[in-house]
Amino acid sequence: MDPWHKFRRIFYSVGIPPTIWLIAFFLVPLGLIWIFSFGEKVGVVGIDITWTLDNYVRSFNPDILTIFAKSLWLAAVATFICLVIGLPVALGIVYAPNKWKGLLLLGIMLPFWTNLLIRTYALIAVLRTRGYVNFTLEWLDGAARWFLELFGMGGIALAILGERFQALELLYNDNAVILGLVYVHLPFMVLPLYAALERLDRSYLEASLDLGAGHLRTLWNVVVPLALPGIISGLIITFIPALGSFLTPDLLGGPDSAMIATIIERQFKSANDWPFGSALSFLLMYITFGALAIRALMARRRGGDGMGG
Amino acid sequence: MTDGAKTIIGIRSVTKRFNGNVLAVDDVSLDIKSGEFFALLGPSGCGKTTLLRMIAGFEVPSDGSVEIDGQVVDDVPPNKRPVNMVFQSYAVFPHMTVADNVAYGLKMDGVSSSEAKGRVEEALGLVQLPGYGERMPDQLSGGQRQRVALARALVKRPKVLLLDEPLSALDAKLREAMQLELRNLQAKVGITFVMVTHDQDEALSMADRVAVMESGRVRQLAAPRDLYEFPNCRFVADFIGKMNLFEGVVKSSAGSEISVGIDGIGDVRLPFDGSAQGKIGIAIRPEKAMVTADKPSDEDCLSLEGQVTQVAYYGNESHVFVKTASGLDFSVTTQNNERSVVAATNPGDRRWVSWRRKDTLVLAE
Amino acid sequence: MAKRKGLFGRDPAGPLDYLRKWPLLTVMIATFVFLYVPLLTLMAFSFNDSRRNIVWRGFTTEYYGKLFNNTDLMIAFGNSLTIALFSTFFSLILGAMVAILLWRFRFPMKPFYEGTMALPIVIPEICMGVAMLAFFARIGWPNDLVWPISLANITIAHISFTFPFVAVIVRARLAGFNREQEEACRDLGAGDWEVYRDVIIPHMKPGLVAGGLLAFTLSLDDFVITFFTSGPETVTFPVKVYSMVRFSVTPEVNAASTVLIVITVFLTAIAMWLQNKGAEKK
Repeated sequence: MDPWHKFRRIFYSVGIPPTIWLIAFFLVPLGLIWIFSFGEKVGVVGIDITWTLDNYVRSFNPDILTIFAKSLWLAAVATFICLVIGLPVALGIVYAPNKWKGLLLLGIMLPFWTNLLIRTYALIAVLRTRGYVNFTLEWLDGAARWFLELFGMGGIALAILGERFQALELLYNDNAVILGLVYVHLPFMVLPLYAALERLDRSYLEASLDLGAGHLRTLWNVVVPLALPGIISGLIITFIPALGSFLTPDLLGGPDSAMIATIIERQFKSANDWPFGSALSFLLMYITFGALAIRALMARRRGGDGMGG
Repeated sequence: MTDGAKTIIGIRSVTKRFNGNVLAVDDVSLDIKSGEFFALLGPSGCGKTTLLRMIAGFEVPSDGSVEIDGQVVDDVPPNKRPVNMVFQSYAVFPHMTVADNVAYGLKMDGVSSSEAKGRVEEALGLVQLPGYGERMPDQLSGGQRQRVALARALVKRPKVLLLDEPLSALDAKLREAMQLELRNLQAKVGITFVMVTHDQDEALSMADRVAVMESGRVRQLAAPRDLYEFPNCRFVADFIGKMNLFEGVVKSSAGSEISVGIDGIGDVRLPFDGSAQGKIGIAIRPEKAMVTADKPSDEDCLSLEGQVTQVAYYGNESHVFVKTASGLDFSVTTQNNERSVVAATNPGDRRWVSWRRKDTLVLAE
Repeated sequence: MAKRKGLFGRDPAGPLDYLRKWPLLTVMIATFVFLYVPLLTLMAFSFNDSRRNIVWRGFTTEYYGKLFNNTDLMIAFGNSLTIALFSTFFSLILGAMVAILLWRFRFPMKPFYEGTMALPIVIPEICMGVAMLAFFARIGWPNDLVWPISLANITIAHISFTFPFVAVIVRARLAGFNREQEEACRDLGAGDWEVYRDVIIPHMKPGLVAGGLLAFTLSLDDFVITFFTSGPETVTFPVKVYSMVRFSVTPEVNAASTVLIVITVFLTAIAMWLQNKGAEKK
């Protein structure tokens, strides 16, 4: 690497345009809503910058706090489910035959490349009352009835299955949001886990088995502690976008499954309260930065104490 | 030593194919006796590590079976086998203290923590790391980590200890010290050791018996001395130590003598007990030959005249390379017994290379 | 002795062949079913000859025909492609510059600069979306411009979040550059600019192609940021699909989705392939 002052001309020519762009079209807009967050709404469109903390104070009223708590909860549950699914999947891929490895990783990545909106829509098509899941259930229900009828147990069928098939309400509730978050964010979890496990010398696992531990105890005593940096990284990388999700709760959630992004959007569109929306945006960003800081801190500590093995 | 001892590990016509076709181990059968130090020796890719891993249970034979102490263990997972392994990379868990590492196997066996504590101290004493229990692995040197790996395996009192290239990661000086120490340790604990190595010095100096492997097969199984002095085939003769190898054709064989026509040497009679026909290999160890200015008069010697092409000086010995008039390249190891800065032999000198008939090896294979 | 066969009738499984043990195999298969069944049924039913969209009634491409006759959707698609093309072009230039800057030079506050440059990648999309909305509203961006100038605000927003991605990819490519090539070039008499023209930029090429394709798909796919910057006259494909999705599940939406899936998967696959090829050469 060269010191910048030795090649000033090149340094300035490649440095100035992107820096100006970043400032003008990214940092200035962010700065603008940061300033807005200390403003007051005047009339329909006006904003008066009074450096009030009111918007932040309002964020701590119970309604908003509930939504924050709920967002954190939904994102956390989804992240945890991603971990529970992602760990065995990553482990399976790492120890798969070489020719399968790439294909399986690609298989995990491929849905990730398709449009977020479309993936969410695909879930709606599957889960809605007249969707494939309910359709399959109805068919199973019909088959069960027919089967019981055949043996003259229509009464039992009526008792267990009820008068007629009731479609499950799988959409527009918190569970649908969690399912959607898992669906969308699973690759975020699998990839760092894969990277961490791939780096893990397989003799550690073999040594553990050799010393008498079963697979589960090996997983808990050896794999999880040694892959911990990767696991934490995966948790944070999954949690951050899950927390900031807008489309998933918007399309899959019910009236009370609003997440932070939902109320931010509301302030900027229907409620037209930009200062409050700006304050909420910054609170969301601060949480994000906090999570990233934890990750960086972990990475530094791991790097520092020579966990190479 | 081990004669008549019972078989602790029986390899019964074991074959291992990877991905359905790559043949790693090819129909190997051998018995490892209780209490011996056994070495699997061979070049990389010869299947020795695969064989060791099949004993440990990390690979399952495609064909044949492995017996440990009389029991077929093919369906027994590694964690249920009464053998333990010292890995090439040691695989000392970096997130546990030395004591926790050593106690790990005991914990898995449900040994009470008070008993485990005593056994861990004992095991650490055995590998000369007493009082190291509270250290973390990254505070230890490579040699110390290896001792931890040893203690961790030995503390479980396995029927067999498996060692995968145990000395390959150590520097030369430490390796030599460790060779002796491992030998002593084995004698002390009386556990069967099975070691995989590609280093012939290691195998010869440490093991009671050595199986030399090549391309998935065992070429010779013998005690170190027999292996060195009486290799049974060209591969073993060439792989173990240095060797002058020539091609010959059997003319006739009668009783304990054989008449051979050797390319570049001519027809000679050699003592030989077995039977051989057609093309054979003739081998002479460099240190069993001599370089002299005049033709030796001894009738029991075979001799060739040639020109010295190169002399490599190693301090204690020198390697003299001679090209004979018939075009053979011959290397002779000479001991530098006298203190002198003047070489007795120099490139360009005309010399006689000679060796005794009985030191000539006839290799049917 | 009997040959042992494992699952799939091949060699017996070793203890770490997890995929050949049923608990893990079950999780793996279930995961892939979970990931793919919704998308595949969506694509399959875009060819279903039934509005009810649930029972297979035979193959038809009718909805693709309808798609192409749907003027609103086609305009939205045109907008999306235009925006993606322009934002790819500019984010390639800016991204390549950042890549060279960070790969090549040591300068004060570099970690801080790198962190700031990564911000568009890490901050929640919604925050960036509302920031862009506020920004364009505040500077009084006119919304009665002629096409395609009217798409400039969306394009600007897209460039802001795509060029850091391009920078990451191109920089990874540059990391594999052998400085001796450059020294050889100088040794043969090249100056600073010739070195870039003749050695460094050609080396960057696979990274630029991969980065460009990524920028294109990111722009084509983006919904959230576009949602806040687009006006009634500047609707993009995802925004249009969003309004259709809100309304109901129809075969037209399935067809539109399928088109977008095929485009993005295809482009990303090319990008990945190029990137791997670049990595192998290294």
